[in-house]
Amino acid sequence: MPFIPHTPVDVQAMLAAIGAPNLDALFDEIPPTLQVGTLPALPEPLNEWQVTRLMEARAAADPRLSCFLGAGAYEHHIPAAVWEIVGRGEFYSAYTPYQPEASQGTLQVLYEYQSMMAGLTALAVSNASLYDGGSALAEALLMAVRANRKSKSKRILVPRALHPLYRRAAHAIVHNQGIELVDLPYDPDGGHTPEQALAAYAGQDFAALVIPQPNFFGVLEAVDALTDWAHQQNMLVVAAVNPTTLAVLKPPGEWGATGADIACGDGQPLGSPLSSGGPYFGFLCCRQELVRQMPGRLVGRTVDLDGKPGFTLTLQAREQHIRRSKATSNICTNQGLMVTAATLYLALLGPHGLEQVAAACHANTGALLDQLIQVPGVSRAFNRPVFHEAVLRLPRPAGEVLDSLLARNILGGLDLSGEYPELGNALLVCVTETKDEEDLQRYAEALAEVA
Amino acid sequence: MLIFDQSRPGRRAVIPVTAPETALSDLPDHLRRRRAAPLPEVSELQAVRHYTRLSQKNFSIDTHFYPLGSCTMKYNPRICHRLASLPGFLARHPLAPEAISQGFLACLYDLQEMLREVTGMQAVSLTPMAGAQGEFAGMAMIRAYHVAHGDHARREVLVPDAAHGTNPATAIMCGFTVREIPTDANGDVDLAALRQAVGPHTAGLMLTNPSTLGVFERHITEIAAIVHESGGLLYYDGANLNAILGKARPGDMGFDVMHMNLHKTFATPHGGGGPGAGPVAVNTRLEPFLPIPIVGKDGERYRWLSEADRPQSIGRLSAFMGNAGVILRAYIYARMLGRAGMGRVAEYATLNANYLLAELAKAGFDPAFPQRRASHEFIITLKRQAKTLGVTAMDFAKRLLDLGFHAPTTYFPMLVPECLLIEPTETECKEELDSFIAAMQQIQQEAESDPEWIKGAPYHRPVRRLDEVRAARDMDLAWRPAGS
Repeated sequence: MPFIPHTPVDVQAMLAAIGAPNLDALFDEIPPTLQVGTLPALPEPLNEWQVTRLMEARAAADPRLSCFLGAGAYEHHIPAAVWEIVGRGEFYSAYTPYQPEASQGTLQVLYEYQSMMAGLTALAVSNASLYDGGSALAEALLMAVRANRKSKSKRILVPRALHPLYRRAAHAIVHNQGIELVDLPYDPDGGHTPEQALAAYAGQDFAALVIPQPNFFGVLEAVDALTDWAHQQNMLVVAAVNPTTLAVLKPPGEWGATGADIACGDGQPLGSPLSSGGPYFGFLCCRQELVRQMPGRLVGRTVDLDGKPGFTLTLQAREQHIRRSKATSNICTNQGLMVTAATLYLALLGPHGLEQVAAACHANTGALLDQLIQVPGVSRAFNRPVFHEAVLRLPRPAGEVLDSLLARNILGGLDLSGEYPELGNALLVCVTETKDEEDLQRYAEALAEVA
Repeated sequence: MLIFDQSRPGRRAVIPVTAPETALSDLPDHLRRRRAAPLPEVSELQAVRHYTRLSQKNFSIDTHFYPLGSCTMKYNPRICHRLASLPGFLARHPLAPEAISQGFLACLYDLQEMLREVTGMQAVSLTPMAGAQGEFAGMAMIRAYHVAHGDHARREVLVPDAAHGTNPATAIMCGFTVREIPTDANGDVDLAALRQAVGPHTAGLMLTNPSTLGVFERHITEIAAIVHESGGLLYYDGANLNAILGKARPGDMGFDVMHMNLHKTFATPHGGGGPGAGPVAVNTRLEPFLPIPIVGKDGERYRWLSEADRPQSIGRLSAFMGNAGVILRAYIYARMLGRAGMGRVAEYATLNANYLLAELAKAGFDPAFPQRRASHEFIITLKRQAKTLGVTAMDFAKRLLDLGFHAPTTYFPMLVPECLLIEPTETECKEELDSFIAAMQQIQQEAESDPEWIKGAPYHRPVRRLDEVRAARDMDLAWRPAGS
C-alpha cells in the first residue's frame, strides 16, 4: 500500500487494542447512508514508474522556449545551491514554527529574510511573507485603510499602469469590505502616472495612493513627486515594487521627503522558478509605526531561559488563531519554502551580484529595443525611461506576431490589446540577464520576418 | 550566528552575470539607489554551510513524528517533488499561450475531476493558495450568491465555538458578522441553539466535519436541513478531510461549498509554513461564482476559463494560477493513490488515531470524549495533571520535544481545558506510535516525581523556552548594519 506501513499483523493487533472487529467498525458514527462504496470516476492507481512516465510526457508536451515574456513573472538564473538546500527535508517537510525550540532553523531563516527585505526596501519592518504579489497588494491596501487615521475614506487611488492582474486580485479580495479602487490614468506619451492626473483628486479623502515602480509598462514613475503629493493630501503611500530592481533603484523607504509607508510586491524574481505562476511569495514591508497593523507572520529575536539568543513568532495577538474575528487578516500561513529560497538567493548574490543582475537586465532590454525599433513599422510606445520591460507598437496585431514568433520557438512577450485596447497593436516585451547577444539578435531577426 | 555576522566587504559568492559598466548610465539620477543594499557578502561555501546547519535545528516530517492535531503531517512523497520539478513545468511562464501548455493544463483538469469525485461536488477551482484563501473564496461565493438573488439581508455567518480561528476571521473579511453556536456535552453542534439562531439574516454556517474535537458530527443531515430551510448555505472546512477521504463525501452531507488543504490531505509539503494550496469545490448553484482561472476542456483541447466564461465569478485571488507547483504535487499523489488508495487514507488514519487513543487511555490519560469514536484525531485533557501536579499541556508539549517528538496541538480547541489534540496520520507505523505512548508515560512519571523539572523543559534542543514577552516588547524584527 503506497505510503501506508501497516502489516496485517499490525492491523490485527491494533484492532484488538481498540476492541473493534474490523476497519469498517471505526466508521460506525458516520450514518450508513453517508458512506460511499467505490468512487468509479477515479482512475486506477499508478506506481512510481507509471506516474513518472505520465508526468514526463506531460512536461515534455510543453516546449521549452526562448522567453521574452515578463509581466509579473521573470526568468532569472537561480544558483544551483539555492534549491539544493531548500529541498532538504528539514526545510521542505517542516511545519509552521509554532514550537520555536524545534524550529530555530526556519525561524532564523525568516528573521534573516525579514532583515534582507527591510534592507532592500529601506523600511523598518518586513513580515515573513504573504501568498503572492497580487494578494500582497490586497493586504497592503487593507492595512493602509486600517492604518490611516487621518482618512475616513475607504477609497484608494490606483494607477492604470499598475499590473492589471494585481488590480483584479486586489479588488476581488478587498471589495467585500467596502473598499473602492479608483483608477488613475497613465500619460499617453510617457506611459507613467502624470502629476496632472492627480490634480483632479487634490483635496479629496483617499486612504492611500499606490505607486508601482517600475510600472506594468516597464516605465519608471516619478516616485518622489508622487509620494510627496500623496503625503500632502494625507494619503498613505503603498509602493508596488520589483525586488530585483531595488538593487539599483531608489528604495521605497527613501521616496520623497519621508518615504513610502508600505511596500509590497512579488518575490518570485528572488529564487523562485517561473513554475506556471506559483508558488511564488508576496512580500510586505512597512514603517515601524505601522507594525501592529501588519498582517501575517513576524519573527522576532529574543533570549531563552538561559539568556541564549533565539527566535520566535511574535506579535501574534494580531493573528486569527488568537484574535479570531478581530484579526488583521484571516491569513495563517506564509510561503516559507519560497522565502527560504529567496534568503539563499540573496545571500549567494549579495549586494554586488543583485546589482549585476539588475544592471544586466536593464542593459539587455536597452540593447534589444535598439534592434527592434530598426524593424520597419516597430516603435516604442512610450518615451520615458524603462527598467527591463517596454511596450512596442507593431505594424500588425500583437497576437498574430506572437503566434509567428512562437513557431520560431520564441515566447515574444504579452499582447496588450485585451487590457489596453487604446494602445493599438501593443506588445509588452521583457529581457532579463538570461539572454545573450545571440538571443537578442535571433529575436530581432525573427521579428523582422514576421512583423 | 547570523549570515550578516559572516559578511566581509568585497567577498563574493555567485555572480550570475557581469553587466557592462555603463549599463545604468541612462537611468535618471534621482531614481537611483544611493547606498548599496545591506545584504551579506559571503562565499558560496559559507552560505551553504550556514543554511545547512540551520536546517539541522529544525524538526521536520523527514526527521521526527508530528502528531499535530488538525494539521495532517503525513509523509511528503519524494516522487511528487521530483516530478513537479521537471524542467517543462518549472520553466513554463504563467502567461504562456494555451497551445503550448496542454501538458500542464491536462494535469490541472484531471485533478479538478478527481477532486469533484472525491468530494461529491459539482465543480472545482484550484486557484486558492492556502486553506484560509479557500475559506475566503467559499464565503465570498456565498456572499455573491445571496447578492445575486437580491437577498441583501443575509449578512450573518454561524460558526461553532470549536471552529478554527480562520473561520470567523474569514467571515469578517467577506463583510459578514459572526455568531457562535455552542457545542453540546457530546461534542456535537447544539441543535436547539442552531434552530434559534437561523433566520432571514442567516448567510450560512461554517462547519468542520469531523470537528476539531476529533469526532464526526452525527447530526449533519439535520443541521443541513435546518440551515437550508432558513435560506442559508453550508460551508465545509476541509481541514479534517483526511478523516473521511474516500469513505464519505461533503457533497452527500448537504454542503454547498468547501475547501481542501492539499498540504494536509494530499501530502504536499508544509515547507516550514507554506506554500500550501486550498482548492474549493461547489455544488451546482454556486458554480457560476467559482474563482478563476479554472481549466476547461473543449473536445481534446484544454483551456483557461476566465472572466468572459464566468461573468459572475468572485474573481482572481492571485495574479496567476495560485500555487501551481503545489497543485502538481497533489495531482501526482492523487494518481498514485487512485481509486483504491483514497479510502485507505481515511481507514489507516482512523486506525492509528483510535489505537493511540485506546493505548493512552489504558496508560491513564483522560480522553476528552471517552464515549465517542475518534476520527483521524482525538483530544486528551491534562486538566487532572494541571490541578494535582501543576504540570500543564504546555509542559508535556515541551518535554515531548526533548524526547524527539513534535508536540501535539495544544490549547486548541479552546473548549477543552489543558488539551492535546493528537493526529498521527496514516503514514506512521505502529512502532512509532508505541514510542510516542512510552514517551507520554515517561513524562507522566517525571511529572509525578519532579514537576518543577518538567516545567523547565525542553533541555536538549538548540534553545530552551523563549522569552516571548521580551520578543513582543523589544520588537527586534530585523538585523541592521552598525551605525544605521
